[in-house]
Amino acid sequence: MLVLSITCGIFLVVGGLLLYAMLRYRHRPNDVNAAQEPAQIYGSNQIELSWTVIPILIVVMLFLATARVILATEDAPKPTSALDVTVIGHQFWWEYRYPKLGIVTANELHIPVSDPKHPTPTYLTMSSADTDHSFWVPRLAGKTDLIPNQVNTMWIDPNNPGLYLGQCAQYCGVQHAKMLIRIYADSPADFAAWVSHQQGLAVENPSAAEGRKIFQHNACISCHTVAGTVATGRFGPDLTHIASRDTIASGSVPNTAANLRAFVDNPASFKPGALMPPMHLNDHDLNAVTAYLMSLK
Amino acid sequence: MATQATADLDQNAGIKQTVPRRLWLGVLHDWVTTVDHKKIGLLYIGYAVFFMVIAGSEALLIRIQLAVPNNHFVSPQVFNQLFTMHGTTMVFFVGMPILFGFGNYLVPLMIGARDMAFPRLNAFSFWISAFGGLLLYFSYFGASGLYGAGSAPDVGWFAYAPLTAQIFSPGHSTDYWTLAVLLSGIGSVGTAINIVATTICMRCPGMKLSRMPLLPWLYLVTSCMAFVAISPLTAAQIMLMLDRYVGSHFFDTQAGGSAVLWMHFFWIFGHPEVYILVMPAFAFANEIIPVFSRKAIFGYPAMVAASVGIGFISFSVWAHHMFSVGMGSGPNTFFVLASMVIAVPTGIKIFNWLATMWGGKIHFTVSMMFAAGFLFQFLIAGLTGIMLAAAPFDWQLTGSYFVVAHFHYVLVGAILFMIFSAFYYWFPKMSGHMLSERLGKWHFWIFFIGFHLTFDFMHIPGLLGMPRRIYTYEADRGWQIWNMIVSSGAIFQAIGILLFVYNMIWSYFKGPIAGPDPWDAWTLEWSTTSPPPDYNFAVIPTVKSRRPLWDLKHPDDPDSHYE
Repeated sequence: MLVLSITCGIFLVVGGLLLYAMLRYRHRPNDVNAAQEPAQIYGSNQIELSWTVIPILIVVMLFLATARVILATEDAPKPTSALDVTVIGHQFWWEYRYPKLGIVTANELHIPVSDPKHPTPTYLTMSSADTDHSFWVPRLAGKTDLIPNQVNTMWIDPNNPGLYLGQCAQYCGVQHAKMLIRIYADSPADFAAWVSHQQGLAVENPSAAEGRKIFQHNACISCHTVAGTVATGRFGPDLTHIASRDTIASGSVPNTAANLRAFVDNPASFKPGALMPPMHLNDHDLNAVTAYLMSLK
Repeated sequence: MATQATADLDQNAGIKQTVPRRLWLGVLHDWVTTVDHKKIGLLYIGYAVFFMVIAGSEALLIRIQLAVPNNHFVSPQVFNQLFTMHGTTMVFFVGMPILFGFGNYLVPLMIGARDMAFPRLNAFSFWISAFGGLLLYFSYFGASGLYGAGSAPDVGWFAYAPLTAQIFSPGHSTDYWTLAVLLSGIGSVGTAINIVATTICMRCPGMKLSRMPLLPWLYLVTSCMAFVAISPLTAAQIMLMLDRYVGSHFFDTQAGGSAVLWMHFFWIFGHPEVYILVMPAFAFANEIIPVFSRKAIFGYPAMVAASVGIGFISFSVWAHHMFSVGMGSGPNTFFVLASMVIAVPTGIKIFNWLATMWGGKIHFTVSMMFAAGFLFQFLIAGLTGIMLAAAPFDWQLTGSYFVVAHFHYVLVGAILFMIFSAFYYWFPKMSGHMLSERLGKWHFWIFFIGFHLTFDFMHIPGLLGMPRRIYTYEADRGWQIWNMIVSSGAIFQAIGILLFVYNMIWSYFKGPIAGPDPWDAWTLEWSTTSPPPDYNFAVIPTVKSRRPLWDLKHPDDPDSHYE
């Protein structure tokens, strides 16, 4: 805010002077002295000095204000009440792991809303499985890049419950545009309920047994995990509780049976460049797999 | 004060050139084999304008795709190729050649020399750069080799590792990008060495460094910077090639390489590069603003000192492109300070231009109109630059459309406006014909409106959370209306550019004869004919001040008394 007001002030003063000079000293052909050259002035050391020193003072002031914010943000002590989440960027989705809670999920991050009196900030430990990504949720914090072979950290501390939207902000490949972030800041009770639900194994719904069998007999399990079953792949998002999420394909579309079916049939139908290959299932198998996935509440 | 020097200058203005008519093959042979600095300068400029039209068309396609949410005008792959090619072309094959083109043309003329120090190196540099540009565009046909249709590079113009590794960028499109940039770099280093040698060694008698006009001075500074900055870029490109083909692991994160290393290599080139491009724009302003204000430049020594200062400081600011990569609070704080300090010499320049106009009689020719646009837009670009130098602000807005708007304000609002200004100012010298002022005013106003529609409003989606390089977005994010305005401005800019190209072609054939000195200017290039003859000056001039033609025109009140 300070930076903004100072730069606006400078703009008004200097811009005003420029405009004044251009209007006041424009050539007037009707003037009596129009043909005469104006007085030649070559410079003045005093004036040069003044417009060197004053900007230096402004820069020093801006720098000190900025340095204070940098230190307060980057070197803030971590409270013991903080929640730890590990964020791993993938082409083109987000993996979230809660190491102390034993939860693995994707694309939709649930965190507790933080009470200013008893803050429960969320500390994110970030890295990437492939190319560079950047985690950006404008209303919660600035960006932090996710870089392979490097671990970065940042923290967020929302005081109002609700949904916060963001997306990948470092070009990471074909589908950089559809690598969206959804952060749900839940009330403490909602968050506790969500945690206990996510900690459970996958729901076994007998009516979806056929789809489950097709799922487990296809390549699905080499990339996806469904906790408690033979599906233990790590390359794609964890599907243990996929039906509890609001969206699929990293926030691209709402999580409906029709969208899910279209995505399993051919991910390129609305996310061309997604690394999941088309599964080439027939209509019957496709419906069964969709029903199975929709049962994984 | 009718000295020998002024008599020589008079003589030069009277040279008559007789050019016999030749067959087109002869003309072509002449242009391909030339080592004349003026012809090479024009080759550079023509080549840059050609690529500007291509890269501008790419920008138009990008803006059509983004005008409305969920657009399917181009596929994501094509979109990624478009912004990669747009950025790479504009920086390496428009910005660099057009500025080196003007430098090639003007530096020897302004220091009273007959050619560059190394004419053959000059021709080599141009042709190797030109080959680089062709190679980049050949990727559209050849990048995938025998396996299928071609595909252009799609890794972004700063090509962050490890996206450029074989595993993430199979095929040859990234190789074309690497080689094109590498070759353009070799050409740029050649020309940079040439300009340094020319300004140091080839000045006419009497022209001490302290009497050298500001344009060659700033070209000296920018060439020294190019010389230093391009080395790490070239090194990085070679390392990338080794990674891709020899199995080294500089940037190959899958095998323990470092992605951040590439960022450091790229930006220690990339940020000075911005100043390499903007310094010639300052150089044009230093010549054009005084002439149309009818006053000597205010604070010549301060201008030189500020330029040299920017040259040095610009090498200590690169990591402000990397505030979000997790360097820690120490380095972040240092690069905030370094980046903010550069505002001081830049401010000195703006104040000196202001003081030059102060008390003058400003003639608003089209050239001066573009220079005036430059002053305001550069002021705004500088101020958003200070905002982005504040790391916490940058964490929020880096990689967003706010940054895209900021650097286009510099590259278009400042540099391109000043290049247009330079065209209107020096086209008469280069072609012997004046550009049409009436068409020029249309060009200025249409381009000015388009520029502000596009780049003023582009800041807003950035503030609302729109990242750069996304090929589409959802309607519910609130970015729609702003993107529509931004895209509509692009159409105005395209019309402006077409008017400008038309104006050049029309004026080349039909424009009024310029004569040697149409602007009543003061530097040596205006003492010879338009266009200048081979070897420029029949008699090498001798100068006694920074404005030799002022001394000639005002023998009762020469500059040499005051310097």
